[in-house]
Amino acid sequence: MMKEELETTNRPDNTAFTQQRLPAWQPMLSAGIVIPGFVLIGLAFIGIGVGLFITSQNITVLEKDYTGVETTSDCYKCSNPSDKNCTCKLEFSLSNLFEGPVFFYYGLSNYFQSQRSYGASKDEYQLSGDLDYFKTPVSACSPYQYDANQKPIVPCGSLANSMFNDTFKLYQIVNGTKKLVPFDGKGIAWWTDYNIKYRNPSVTPLKNAFNGTVKPSFWSKPAYELDTSDPSNNGFVNQDFLVWMRRAALPDFRKLYRRITEGDYASGLPAGNYSLEIAYNYPVLSFGGRKKVVFSNVSWMGGKNQFLGIAYLVVGSLCVVMSMVMLIVYAKFKFPEDD
Amino acid sequence: YIIDVVFPPTEEERHLRANDREFNLSYEYADNAIKTSKYNIFTFLPLNLFEQFQRLANAYFLFLLCLQLIPEISSLSWFTTVVPLVLVLSMTMAKDGSDDINRHRCDRQVNNRKVEADLLLLSSSEPLNLVYIETAELDGETNLKVKQALTVTGELEDCIEKLANFNGEVRCEPPNNRLDKFTGTLTLKEEMYSLDNEKVLLRGCTLRNTQWCFGLVVFGGPDTKLMQNCGKTTLKRTSIDRLMNVLVLSIFGFLAVMCLILAVGNGIWEYQEGSKFAAFLPKQEGVNAPFSAFLTFWSYVIILNTVVPISLYVSVEIIRLGNSFYIDWDRKMYYPKSDTPAEARTTTLNEELGQIKYIFSDKTGTLTQNIMTFNKCSINGKSYGEVRGGKGCVDFSWNNLADPKFCFHDHSLVEVVREGNPEVQAFFRLLALCHTVMPEEKKEGELYYQAQSPDEGALVTAARNFGFVFRSRTPESITVVEMGELVTYELLAVLDFNNVRKRMSVIVRSPEGKLTLYCKGADTIIFERLNPSCSKLKEVTTEHLNEYAGDGLRTLALAYKDIDPKYMEEWKLRHHEASTAMDEREEKLDALYEEIEKGLLLLGSTAVEDKLQDGVPQTIEQLSKADIKIWVLTGDKQETAENIGYSCNMLREEMTEVFIVSANTAEEVRKELQTARRKMRPDGPEEPTVTKSRSGLFCLLKTETVADEPVDGEYAMVINGHSLAFALEKDMEMELLRTACMCQTVICCRVTPLQKAQVVELVKKYKQAITLAIGDGANDVSMIKAAHIGVGISGQEGMQAVLSSDFSFAQFRYLQRLLLVHGRWSYLRMCKFLRYFFYKNFTFTFVHFWYGFFCGFSAQTVYDEWFITLYNLVYTALPVLALSLFDQVIRSLMLYPKLYAPGQLNQYFSKRAFVYTVLHSGYSSLVLFFIPWAAMYDTVRDDGKDIVDYQSFALLAQTCLLIAVSIQLGLDTHYWTSVNQFFLWGSLCVYFAVIFTMYSNGMFLIFTSSFPFIGTARNSLNQPNVWLTMLLTSILCVLPVVAYRFLRILLWPTVNDKVRYKVRQDKVLPPAPRRVQARRASTRRSGYAFSHAQGYGDLVTSGRFLRWTPKSRPALFSQTDSPLAQTQHQFYRTINEGGEPPLSP
Repeated sequence: MMKEELETTNRPDNTAFTQQRLPAWQPMLSAGIVIPGFVLIGLAFIGIGVGLFITSQNITVLEKDYTGVETTSDCYKCSNPSDKNCTCKLEFSLSNLFEGPVFFYYGLSNYFQSQRSYGASKDEYQLSGDLDYFKTPVSACSPYQYDANQKPIVPCGSLANSMFNDTFKLYQIVNGTKKLVPFDGKGIAWWTDYNIKYRNPSVTPLKNAFNGTVKPSFWSKPAYELDTSDPSNNGFVNQDFLVWMRRAALPDFRKLYRRITEGDYASGLPAGNYSLEIAYNYPVLSFGGRKKVVFSNVSWMGGKNQFLGIAYLVVGSLCVVMSMVMLIVYAKFKFPEDD
Repeated sequence: YIIDVVFPPTEEERHLRANDREFNLSYEYADNAIKTSKYNIFTFLPLNLFEQFQRLANAYFLFLLCLQLIPEISSLSWFTTVVPLVLVLSMTMAKDGSDDINRHRCDRQVNNRKVEADLLLLSSSEPLNLVYIETAELDGETNLKVKQALTVTGELEDCIEKLANFNGEVRCEPPNNRLDKFTGTLTLKEEMYSLDNEKVLLRGCTLRNTQWCFGLVVFGGPDTKLMQNCGKTTLKRTSIDRLMNVLVLSIFGFLAVMCLILAVGNGIWEYQEGSKFAAFLPKQEGVNAPFSAFLTFWSYVIILNTVVPISLYVSVEIIRLGNSFYIDWDRKMYYPKSDTPAEARTTTLNEELGQIKYIFSDKTGTLTQNIMTFNKCSINGKSYGEVRGGKGCVDFSWNNLADPKFCFHDHSLVEVVREGNPEVQAFFRLLALCHTVMPEEKKEGELYYQAQSPDEGALVTAARNFGFVFRSRTPESITVVEMGELVTYELLAVLDFNNVRKRMSVIVRSPEGKLTLYCKGADTIIFERLNPSCSKLKEVTTEHLNEYAGDGLRTLALAYKDIDPKYMEEWKLRHHEASTAMDEREEKLDALYEEIEKGLLLLGSTAVEDKLQDGVPQTIEQLSKADIKIWVLTGDKQETAENIGYSCNMLREEMTEVFIVSANTAEEVRKELQTARRKMRPDGPEEPTVTKSRSGLFCLLKTETVADEPVDGEYAMVINGHSLAFALEKDMEMELLRTACMCQTVICCRVTPLQKAQVVELVKKYKQAITLAIGDGANDVSMIKAAHIGVGISGQEGMQAVLSSDFSFAQFRYLQRLLLVHGRWSYLRMCKFLRYFFYKNFTFTFVHFWYGFFCGFSAQTVYDEWFITLYNLVYTALPVLALSLFDQVIRSLMLYPKLYAPGQLNQYFSKRAFVYTVLHSGYSSLVLFFIPWAAMYDTVRDDGKDIVDYQSFALLAQTCLLIAVSIQLGLDTHYWTSVNQFFLWGSLCVYFAVIFTMYSNGMFLIFTSSFPFIGTARNSLNQPNVWLTMLLTSILCVLPVVAYRFLRILLWPTVNDKVRYKVRQDKVLPPAPRRVQARRASTRRSGYAFSHAQGYGDLVTSGRFLRWTPKSRPALFSQTDSPLAQTQHQFYRTINEGGEPPLSP
């Protein structure tokens, strides 16, 4: 027999890791977990679904297309792109109180803000107020980088250039007279966009910063004169501009235009007749687009969206049905006891 | 050993001159140095990069990078490609670098060893210029062989001057792989001498009993016969590797199709919408719809590149490396006796260990320890050696010449022999006299025996310990110390062993003048020649022999006979006549031997154990339960191989039939094979069922697969090398394959190294099954290289097998753990990894595809670019790595060898599984895109502000995706260690931490253009409908999978499911497998198994063999290994010692 002490310098370490003995939880898809699990998830989903559905039902939405495709529409007259400064009217009546706060949106369809080159066509530095980029905007803005005279365009790029420029005025017809419904245009953009992402150059007056630049060709007013009524709502931090610049993910989208929160309308739009005066500037018919206005209130789950509630209900019910099927299969087949 | 080192390439004849360097160099023969390393410091970077970019995936990414530099096409920032590419390249580079450092080290080690080359023997320390060698490394035979130098060169002796002036010129055959043949001529002083195999020492053989010898190097390095026999080294790739290549290629095709669809979509969109949308999005000059579609095609190639995962190859390598480390670390594969841990020498083949279908095993040193122990004996009708109780070894201290390493457990035998029982004494006297062992007594009382075979050594050692010490021999005498008394016997004749006689005898005259013939041999042979008076004893002994044979011991019967001196005189005369006869000498001698070996008196029988390595029968049983077929390929002779087959349970008595194929002509071999096949499957078709198919890249490989044919009953086949040579011919190989594959066990004996490889190749070619070869010696190298996986037994003398192996460990029984545990787990992990990896990447990519329909096919990404960069590298890298390093299904795998089957059948990852994965991804991506799409359609935040903007939608889509794939990972994980938990939850946390950081004000203010998503996380993740959408997508992705899996387990449970269920049910593990060592109740006994060839009785009697006057002079080159000590050691190991505990904890 070999009696000498065995050298064991090469003996591997005896740890749980090296010996693959790490303690572990080994769950299994057993009937005791899966079937009750499905039932519970199903019931929970049905519950959430009902909640969502009811919430969504309670949200009021009023949508009006004003593209002017139909000849009966008042806006038909404005649908000719050569017609500048056209205004048209959209009249509607509410039979019940439209509960407030009411949000007023404009919506566009078949409009590809999600196009890659469209979305990329802007200059982040310029928009954050970097004056160097006022002189030489990035090439991504091309062909809205420089105008025909090689002057830099500020704000440059397709995205800014194509800013929505229809304007709206809402009147309630009270006893035949038009009563202006006050719009609140403050704080309709994201806080981060307004405070961090977009900044005007720290030049006063703002106008001087734009010296040597030209406005986007599509714009009627330069950036520093977007809102003549409120000097602080100009340049790159103009709320409408900010809303527009947050480009939509899908070809059909709506964007917040104004809120109705003031005066007699703080609690909503009372029943009655309304007239919406539209300064029709934005051409969409050329590419088969549609324009609409939307009045909507919101709930904890945001705007009206039936899908989520219904989807929850359907999935919940399917879970319950599935659990039944599994129960039957389980009762019938059990687990083979052999082997 | 070496005078000069000289070397060669393809050549018709080798021509070299001793001590003439310039002349020899002119031929540019191969150097003896072996170089395997690839790089040096300066070439590393360029060469390695060049090599890496030859890989399809890397080259593709380089191409992508170039595409991204074209602004019209670039749909992603450069960093999304550069970051992963640099990471992947540097990791591969690090691995290649460390591998090459290892190779450099290995080369240095190999090249610094004493030079090994094929030598022409010039002179030696032994008389007549003899050299004794062992060729176990070459052919697995452990008996001594003799080589003899030419007399003319032998005169050189060890005189350096003479050697230095030696100017012989050698012309010989070019390098080849024939171990048994050498032809050439030596021209010395204008005289020509012919050279043959007798005069050549081959690389790999070991000198025994010889102090020094000088030689002339004929072949060096790669030209040596050993290396020529090693087969060519090919880069081994696993079947999953090959499948992966095919898949990657088809993914390219798939990618092209997707991009084409999107490009066509873009063309149509541009034509219908884009051209009109130009008011807001002006066209670039010269870009019309078709051209835009063309550009879009490339843009989408960039975006959808994630289907061709660059990190796949790297991850696969990491996983294999990790699983290789587990092998290195496994204490259950560590052999304390030689302090040898298991080693995964190739780190790229792990998962194939889980798919082995055929094992080809060497015998000597692999299944057996190559140690013979004298275990039992039957003397005069009484059996000794049965171990009763746990008593230790018998104390032999009364005998000061005893071998301390010898161990015997039965005390009664010692008592009997010391009491002076005449039969017992005669028994041991016979063992001490009747053999051809050479003794060596370096110091007084320190005896070493140099035996032709370990069997003989064991028997003589046994006699030595029981008081009959064989001390020395001369051609005419044998000196024995009998119970302390020195007795010299006169040796009159040695009737040598050969394969036909299966016995050997000696005729000696004792000091008292009594003439005795002692004979030992195969029992059947001896029994035929017994005196009728011993019929009773014969019966009892037969019983004992059956018992021993049943235990798998190698038995010999011993008998003696007193001879009348007159008869002897006369016989001797006739013997002299016969041995000098010119013709029919053999026959005449045989007849003489036959005549005198008659009327023998039976003494008893011995039982020698050819010690199997521990746990071999159990391992083989487990492996065959796992449906792995084991073929033994050995250079050993048929009887030995058969015997081992029985003792390790590969051949069993209850088998329906064991076919023996040993024919001498091709036709006979064919007939024998056909007969065997028809017997096994009488109604089977004559022609094999061959499935022809194409596989590999572009289906260029034609494969032929021979279907497995079911047979009733258990059969085995033993085929010898001679027949195998015929059977491996082109026209018969199919016959051989069919017959062999119907058998449970196949044993091929007396095969050459090259035949071993041919057998492996044959199975590889027609079975398309994964093969493993295991061996320990240089003769196994070719099959180790030929098989998909080569395993070397390490910790022994030779390293050749280990050096060319992929895995190595010290004991055969570790194979069980290597395959059933490591192999299975590696396979399972790799398959899970691949399935999951493809799933997560396809899902990721398909979402982009769907978004294409909503962004005018403009190659707009649906996720943030940073998410695209980090998705594979950070967010999902570690959890999937944890899955593929820690997952295990059933710990106590050893108990359920059946669980190995799915790997053999390729069930876990195949083209089919891949298609399922793609479909699953398709479903998931539909859910992951359209649920957020519908849920967000026309909705707003709870304060009326925007939420369906691009950035919020991107965030929602990517978060849904990440949560869904994380849950899917959770579903795939069966074994949740804390690391898995940590990585999974950690990755999700890191994701949220990263998005909040990247979308923070600070990051935007510092890197304005890189992080445009500022505020998105804050604005969107506080919305309940965003979270509800995530919940819905996750549930919709996961629940169908759960339901499907649950129902599948109920309706179509796999072996795996059943075992998991069972383990869970019992919690208590089932009883350990029976440790059966079925006793063979048979009459089948081993023959006279201890000699491989004709013995060297001739040498013994001629005196050539003996060292009368050893030329004693200090050796020029110190030879450190004591050749004699090696073969004699007798270890006795209990079966439990170092055994595997039956249960994994």
